[in-house]
Amino acid sequence: MIHKIQNLKKNIVITGHYGSGKTCFAVNLALALKELHKDVVVVDLDTVNPYFRTADYSDIFKEKGIELISPIFANTNLDIPALTANIEAVLQNKDKTVILDVGGDDAGAIALGRYNSILKEQGYDFIYMFNKYRYLTKTPHEAVELLKDIEQASRLNPTYLVNNSNLGVETTLEDLEQTNEYTKQLKDITQLPLLCTCIRSDLNNNLDLFEIKTIF
Amino acid sequence: MSEKFLMKGNEALAEAAIRAGCRHFFGYPITPQTEISAYMSKRMPKIGGTYLQAESEVAAINMVLGAASAGVRAMTSSSSPGISLKSEGVSYIAGSDVPCVIIDVMRGGPGLGGIQPSQADYWQATKSLGHGDFQILVYAPASVQEMVDLMYKAFDKSDEYRMPAMILADGMLGQMMEPVSFPEDNTSNLKEKEWATNGTKEARKPNIINSLLLNPDELEKSIVERYKKYDIIKEKEVLFEDYLTDDADFVVVAYGATSRISKSAVNEARKKGIKVGLLRPKTLWPFPTEKLYQLSKQVKKMLVVEMSMGQMVDDVKLSTKGNCPVEFYGRTGGVIPTPKEVLNEIIKLAEKEGE
Repeated sequence: MIHKIQNLKKNIVITGHYGSGKTCFAVNLALALKELHKDVVVVDLDTVNPYFRTADYSDIFKEKGIELISPIFANTNLDIPALTANIEAVLQNKDKTVILDVGGDDAGAIALGRYNSILKEQGYDFIYMFNKYRYLTKTPHEAVELLKDIEQASRLNPTYLVNNSNLGVETTLEDLEQTNEYTKQLKDITQLPLLCTCIRSDLNNNLDLFEIKTIF
Repeated sequence: MSEKFLMKGNEALAEAAIRAGCRHFFGYPITPQTEISAYMSKRMPKIGGTYLQAESEVAAINMVLGAASAGVRAMTSSSSPGISLKSEGVSYIAGSDVPCVIIDVMRGGPGLGGIQPSQADYWQATKSLGHGDFQILVYAPASVQEMVDLMYKAFDKSDEYRMPAMILADGMLGQMMEPVSFPEDNTSNLKEKEWATNGTKEARKPNIINSLLLNPDELEKSIVERYKKYDIIKEKEVLFEDYLTDDADFVVVAYGATSRISKSAVNEARKKGIKVGLLRPKTLWPFPTEKLYQLSKQVKKMLVVEMSMGQMVDDVKLSTKGNCPVEFYGRTGGVIPTPKEVLNEIIKLAEKEGE
């Protein structure tokens, strides 16, 4: 699985439903890629969500040497979705691995459209996160509908699925097992490969899954 | 137990309203409650309901008045500044004896204030949500599951007493995610509303929904009648959580998000041997006056914790009738108190008492 993560393209777009765990995954992916000695930049493109966002983790990033680019007014009292010009620079810099933490649903993915041509030119991986336990994506069919909306808003094509099904602190291994059929169906309908399944680190019993350290 | 889902507080409020039979939602976006509108805009068209984004909060609340007058379960939602805009309409709805549900996901004020969580609209919700003599039911959930459960109750009680009900949440509850399960749908056994303006079918006289009564005697009579109803509500509809108060020397009083923080602090204080409990009002109007009065005769001191400069603390003081000192700790403007801060206040309370 580490091998699969190592081989991701230099620009990694993380999309999904509101609350599917994009930010948590982006933070963990950044830490994992940093351990693989990549020069990692995390871009907080979430112009939708007011509270829980990548910009909350600036301290961890600073400590680990991960660059963070967030909207100028993130985590202030100003609700202004202004993005900085240096996002373009890092997307074009071949030495940098860039993780784009996109806002939820198609509404959040609109901000991606701005970088459409650069991403196409530089190459990208487009990850679609899903959580079977989110109400509006409780069936694979609903998850596919949402993915289509996101594709349309961003004008980019998905390349990977990530199973981040969880019930927060109450998640059990059984809950995770119960996502197998759902995941299989989603793979069949979308014809997309599964990059990984996420698991909270304290639940992991040597399974080859992507460990999510609970930083929240 | 039915199936579990991981939901944001705002989404859970919206889905619970739908399951409680709400098919008419009139909204206007404002952080930190916009997910309610976004959710309704996705779900309502799929189930034959109406989602309408109004041109303003003022329009939205008046659409609620119209829809609810026709007998349907109608709802609107906003956050603090938007609720101020709705206040005229809420007063009209109360004066018209029409049921509806209003969600307030509080943020910092006054003015445009900020977008972070706050509880500084307690006074607005419980004392003065509009002009005139009236009250509304105010429910204060403290978890995403309770947001679901109280939404069903808000619609039921609003119908039963023909008056507006408010779910008073805050940005923290609105934005946080927790696992929830939904009770059975509640859409098939709703009672017929005989007062509704939904067409006479030439079988009865037209019903009239109105809050204009020009004759003072008539207006006074209608208000006095309404207050008789309020007396029944104060007796029958008070809800609270009583946590470790049986042997308590001290009681912390907090609702909503601060009650969760306070509970953590109470648990820590118990570990240090301080006999402290928590009284958490789930209804802010009607207020658990009698329960607090009883506790005031038992405990040495009370501590009220709020995300405001101190609003509910007044009602606690009134309830205790001077039987015990009531202290206050609050953060405001969008700052959330930490369990440690509250614990320190509890320790101070106990130490002062020991002197």
